[in-house]
Amino acid sequence: MYLRPEDRARPSRMALRIAVVGGVAVALFAILFFRLWSLQIIDGASNLAEAKNNRTRSAKIIAPRGKIVARNGDVLVDNRTSLALQVDPTKLPEDPAEEAAELKQIGELVHLKLPQVRKRIAEEEKIVAAGAPLTIRRGVGYDLIYYIEEHKGKFPGVTVEKVFVRNYPEEDEAAQILGHTGEVSEKELESGPYVGTEPGEVVGKEGLEYSYDKILRGTPGISRYQVNAMGEPTPGGNLTSTPPQPGDNLKLTINPAMQKAGEAALAERGLPGAFVSMNVKTGEILAMGSAPTYDPSVWTKPLSNKQYEELSSEETGDPLFNRATSSAYPTGSTYKIITALAGLENGVFTPDTVVDDTGSIEVGGQTFENSEGEINGPITLVPALEKSSDVFFYTQGYKMWKTDYLQEWSAKMGIGRPTGIDLPLPPGAEGLVPSKKWTEEEIADGNEYIESWGPGQNIQLAVGQGYLQTDPLEMGIAYAALGNGGTIVTPHLGKEVMDPAGRVLREIDPGPRRHVKIDPGYRQLIMEGLHDVTSGPGGTATSVFKEFPIPIAGKTGTAERGFPHANQAWFISLAPYPNPDIVTVVTIEEGGFGAETAAPANKQILEAYFAHQLKQEAEKEGESETGEAGEATETGAYVEEEAPPATETGGVG
Amino acid sequence: MMYATRARQARPELFDDRPTLGERLGLAQMDWVLTLAAIALVAFSVFTLGQATLHDVPGNPHYYVERQAIYGIAGIVGMLVLGRVDYSRFRELRVGIYTFLCASIALVFFVGAAALGSRRSFELPFFSFQPSELAKLLLVLALAGFVIDGARRGSPLRRTARYLALGLFPAAMVFLQPDLGTALVLVVGTLAVMYFGGVPWPHFAVIGGAIAALIALVLVVAPAVGHPVLKEYQEQRLTSFLHPSSDPAGAGYQQDQSMVAIGAGQKTGRGNQATQTRLDFVPERSTDFIFAVIGERYGFLGAAFVLSLYALLIWRALRIVTLSKNSYGILVAGGIAVELLFQVFVNVGMCLGIMPITGIPLPLMSYGGSSVLATFLAVGVLQSINIQARLSRQGRFAW
Repeated sequence: MYLRPEDRARPSRMALRIAVVGGVAVALFAILFFRLWSLQIIDGASNLAEAKNNRTRSAKIIAPRGKIVARNGDVLVDNRTSLALQVDPTKLPEDPAEEAAELKQIGELVHLKLPQVRKRIAEEEKIVAAGAPLTIRRGVGYDLIYYIEEHKGKFPGVTVEKVFVRNYPEEDEAAQILGHTGEVSEKELESGPYVGTEPGEVVGKEGLEYSYDKILRGTPGISRYQVNAMGEPTPGGNLTSTPPQPGDNLKLTINPAMQKAGEAALAERGLPGAFVSMNVKTGEILAMGSAPTYDPSVWTKPLSNKQYEELSSEETGDPLFNRATSSAYPTGSTYKIITALAGLENGVFTPDTVVDDTGSIEVGGQTFENSEGEINGPITLVPALEKSSDVFFYTQGYKMWKTDYLQEWSAKMGIGRPTGIDLPLPPGAEGLVPSKKWTEEEIADGNEYIESWGPGQNIQLAVGQGYLQTDPLEMGIAYAALGNGGTIVTPHLGKEVMDPAGRVLREIDPGPRRHVKIDPGYRQLIMEGLHDVTSGPGGTATSVFKEFPIPIAGKTGTAERGFPHANQAWFISLAPYPNPDIVTVVTIEEGGFGAETAAPANKQILEAYFAHQLKQEAEKEGESETGEAGEATETGAYVEEEAPPATETGGVG
Repeated sequence: MMYATRARQARPELFDDRPTLGERLGLAQMDWVLTLAAIALVAFSVFTLGQATLHDVPGNPHYYVERQAIYGIAGIVGMLVLGRVDYSRFRELRVGIYTFLCASIALVFFVGAAALGSRRSFELPFFSFQPSELAKLLLVLALAGFVIDGARRGSPLRRTARYLALGLFPAAMVFLQPDLGTALVLVVGTLAVMYFGGVPWPHFAVIGGAIAALIALVLVVAPAVGHPVLKEYQEQRLTSFLHPSSDPAGAGYQQDQSMVAIGAGQKTGRGNQATQTRLDFVPERSTDFIFAVIGERYGFLGAAFVLSLYALLIWRALRIVTLSKNSYGILVAGGIAVELLFQVFVNVGMCLGIMPITGIPLPLMSYGGSSVLATFLAVGVLQSINIQARLSRQGRFAW
């Protein structure tokens, strides 16, 4: 039989071979199915998450910080854009030689030598949180952007970023109040108000920038875009990008004219000092400044140690220090209203109580003299305020030394207590009113320089000397309470929050802190005394204010600060008299007598506040035939308002 | 004897009435499950490419779809025509086929078009033809012929050596193109034909040992002594699946991305949200990594469906092995079935991260005229074996 080879009966082992292949096929498909199941069903969710993460990149879009404007809209702080060359430290080569080579190249881009680049990086690393890009140089040119883009491979981790930089059109005006911004530090990321911000974000560091940071900061936008495997954005691949929310604008209570006047008044005198002018009813701060001051734009560039030294050392007068809110000054005679209130309200003396001012009193072998050694003779409260008779108040202080009247009334009026102002203050800014209890505590704590409580200390306190430590703002609050009849206002600088388009979102009105019951008659009496200070024949500031057409109440102060410091000058005014709208405090370190420096400076601020009225007065004056006649009528007109001199004489009587 | 007699008796009937086109094409005797599985695969390929490659060629969103559809239709026609050709003729043409396949591969070295550093194809007016793809089928056809004809010549050892030489020569040429993946398919095809040709098990044991030794030599010893056989990228691709995450930016990256893509598809897929494969995270998405596209876009449902179609295809191919009317058919069908199985497993396994990156396309799914056509022609040969087997059972011979 003929059979071709292929037609022979198949060997049975062929069936085995086919079965083996079939088995292998089944096994292989089982592997594939199992693996597919494992990837898609078991690990599907995590793979999906990875895929989502993979395809998008997000870039932060910096939100411009809100503007800070004065109450009339004048811009105090806004932004300008600047280009910054930044380097991501995590992307620098690890090999030291390579790193040096790259840093050298980066430095060449911005004309810095390698050591300078390293120095910049070291400085930046100190202030910014780990992982944030380090700014090598700010204010670089646009051409650098294109160059970096074209040579991306050569400069890994190097970018030119558009950054917003704070801009201060008024330069050094209100510098300590406005404060400054900076990149959030590592510490701030961990605790405090900036938890939740991201490394590299710019936050308020000081002043209003700090206290209103939430309002001003805004929310960075995030641009999410799809990228391909090379990390390049795909055309039209912009996903939901959250636009940056610019910060809201902050309108301040600051009256720029008064602010300028105050700054100028201090600058003219060239001495360290401070001023505060505040609405006595609302606590709105119309002007506040501290000298010496500085231009906060120094903060827009990294500050060198030397620069910082210059801004904070005693030799330069510590321009960063806000003397208006954080100083620890004795007040001199300006404190006398507290002594007056404490004495009157507690019945220690009456409006008619006469003290024979012989120029000094002697208590326990210690002599307390009037500051100029003058002798005022028998005197009651009102003229004692007018002439600033220390002996009168020494006597009252002595009478109260075993009581806490002075301390109580200091606290009631806000001296030595937190003010509640919307500024960050250093610890201890509330100051100190010495008391028996305090001296005992200090001595118990081992403070050798504190003498145990005695009449001398209360006598000193009664005229604003001794251990008393307060600041212009607290004195302003106390005088405001006198002026408004007992309301302790909350001083504040923020007036309105406005959205970036300028619509008012909310008003800032913290409301009064508390009320103090002051007998209206006593208040009246003290106000009269203060008015006489600026207008009475023996008034310590009459010489300064006699030409000032608007009646005011005021008090001079001359605080002894001990050798080698010359006396510190104070002047606090309440204007207009008798129903004041504003309280204005000026203090000048080593300014001598209050009437010499502080009172004229105070008047300059008042002139700015009453500018409109003064102009009208001046026009009226021009209308009248000649100057003298006009002046006479003017004075006459105001004398009329001063009508209750009867009370004054009554008081003396 | 019995078959032959029945066939002769049947012959006069056929002259009585002219056969219809359907009868001429042997539609009745065709393996319809196999046909439909193959057509479904290429249709799914066109569908997938249509969604996944819309933006690949600027200004021509249907570039891949149109071409793949044309290749598919041409392939189906080729399958139907080849199905009606008696495959046994290829046995007689074995020398010619072998010569043609070796010559075409060799010719690529001289006139081939270079792509990505290797010469694999001819630039023809309408598409670039890659001889090595067709070689997968041609080598099986020729080698099966040599095996059948040489069945009683020489000792078993000499025969094994001869088959190996015949199979490895074109494989070596393809390897030098360089095209490692196709070379491996040729080697596997050779071994499959030898396997079904009855080469003794001990020989396979030796061959297996030799392969293991070769792998060790190529991947470990040769680079160690400074004479690497593989190009660096080849070696990286081959070994990276063992440690896929070690270098996300390197060779393991593609596989990582592919696995993430497939995994992200979860149960029902991400559809047009399939960003992994749409945004170039997965490379070669229209060709080698198309399974990742399916996995991400259509999820486990889609991927399992495609795998099932392949399981169907291979089951039918193996079934045809058992049906074949002669040994040549067994060897050819077996070779084709194992080659398909190998390609599917290696490609899908690569996408799933359990097999190395070898550059083997997924038959019928991966975009590419040569691959689609060659696979359809291979399916056509399977159909021919099926048709011939059914016809001979019915006592009818081929036209």
